[in-house]
Amino acid sequence: MLQVTANKQVGGFRLEAAFQAPAQGVTALFGPSGAGKTTLVNIIAGLVRPDQGRVALGQRVLFDSAQGVNLPPERRRVGLVFQDGRLFPHLSVRSNLTYGLRLLPPEQRRLELEEVVELMGIGHLLARRPATLSGGEKQRVGVGRALLTSPELLLLDEPLASLDQGRKDEVLPFLARLPQRLQVPMIYVSHSRQEIEFLEAKVIHVAGGRIQAAPAA
Amino acid sequence: MLSAYEIAALGLSLKVAAWAVAGSLPLGIAVAWLLARGRFAGKTVLDGLVHLPLVLPPVVTGYLLLLLLGRQGPLGAWLYKYLGISVAFNWKGAALAAAVMSFPLLVRAMRLAAEGLDPGLEQAARTLGAGRLRVFCTVSLPLMLPGVLSGAVMAFARSLGEFGATITFVSNIPGQTRTLPLALYSLVQTPGGEQGALRLCIISVVVSLAALVASELLARRLAARLRG
Repeated sequence: MLQVTANKQVGGFRLEAAFQAPAQGVTALFGPSGAGKTTLVNIIAGLVRPDQGRVALGQRVLFDSAQGVNLPPERRRVGLVFQDGRLFPHLSVRSNLTYGLRLLPPEQRRLELEEVVELMGIGHLLARRPATLSGGEKQRVGVGRALLTSPELLLLDEPLASLDQGRKDEVLPFLARLPQRLQVPMIYVSHSRQEIEFLEAKVIHVAGGRIQAAPAA
Repeated sequence: MLSAYEIAALGLSLKVAAWAVAGSLPLGIAVAWLLARGRFAGKTVLDGLVHLPLVLPPVVTGYLLLLLLGRQGPLGAWLYKYLGISVAFNWKGAALAAAVMSFPLLVRAMRLAAEGLDPGLEQAARTLGAGRLRVFCTVSLPLMLPGVLSGAVMAFARSLGEFGATITFVSNIPGQTRTLPLALYSLVQTPGGEQGALRLCIISVVVSLAALVASELLARRLAARLRG
């Protein structure tokens, strides 16, 4: 169970959101651009610090302004897939994939490289550099890289938004497979109804920095 | 080919420039990073201090170094008393003068590279489990490498040509502080030295050009690596 309460003033925009997401399956943060979805995801990952609020993942408190708790991103065990991929341009696909894996103590590893490579269908790309990949391939590597940190929660911030329809159709089936294959809850940010339906996600509506509607928990 | 006089001057120049760059590189990276990313009071002052040698007459910089680091100088006396190090009138002083004079060029190139970094990549590395220091070493610094390289080459070339601060701070001592430009200056001051001076000119041009070409080739290889 992920519990988030967060207030944050960014310039003229005010985020005031509270929601819960179950410990399994896909939960979608759905809403128009500028609704505050990316800010919410960055707050959960620890990249943005809310003015007030609390973020808890299961029994672990990741952030609590009242108690002065603020775990840095590297200690949250939350994976994040970015809209623009953000693969490291100076590293090969293989080194990108293992970047987080190598920092993980062996006893915390739930996934190995071969497994993820097979799951995302990227075996033929391992020796390549990110600059030579297509948009869809980049996103599959980005997902694989996040999975290999064995996260307790996987955040996907509009992972398909910068792809054309053909590429979206290429990547979506890989994402749809994840919930069954891995016991990792996913938060999926999108403004596309089609993607959310394909992933059979529970939907939380976000607009104007507030939660408009959430499914009964 | 080269006379003993030329070899001594050339070898000394290369040694002084190499030590100047190698010695100032870590501090240069730290200062460039601070200026690019840091938010602190006195940043403008630090920026000004770093650039001072660029706008001051080199003789002034050399004289200030002499006041500060000469045997009687506050810092020089301390260094000699407690560490047994003296930079007055030897090649170490020449390297120090070259390092101070070339520091602005070193920092400028690296600061530009640091400002050009995509913070999104560093954030991505954080979410993958890397702490700040590891992110700097494995993501920021490798991506800054072309800028670090070009800064180092500019500083190396500037060090080879350093004259005013060197002759003021550590004088013109054969084998110790008589680098290429100083050797050239000495020949120009000597009757009948014109031919030798011309030869040193050619050597200077060849060495500087070689450094620039080498850095260009290396920069291209680095850029090609990023493109895949």
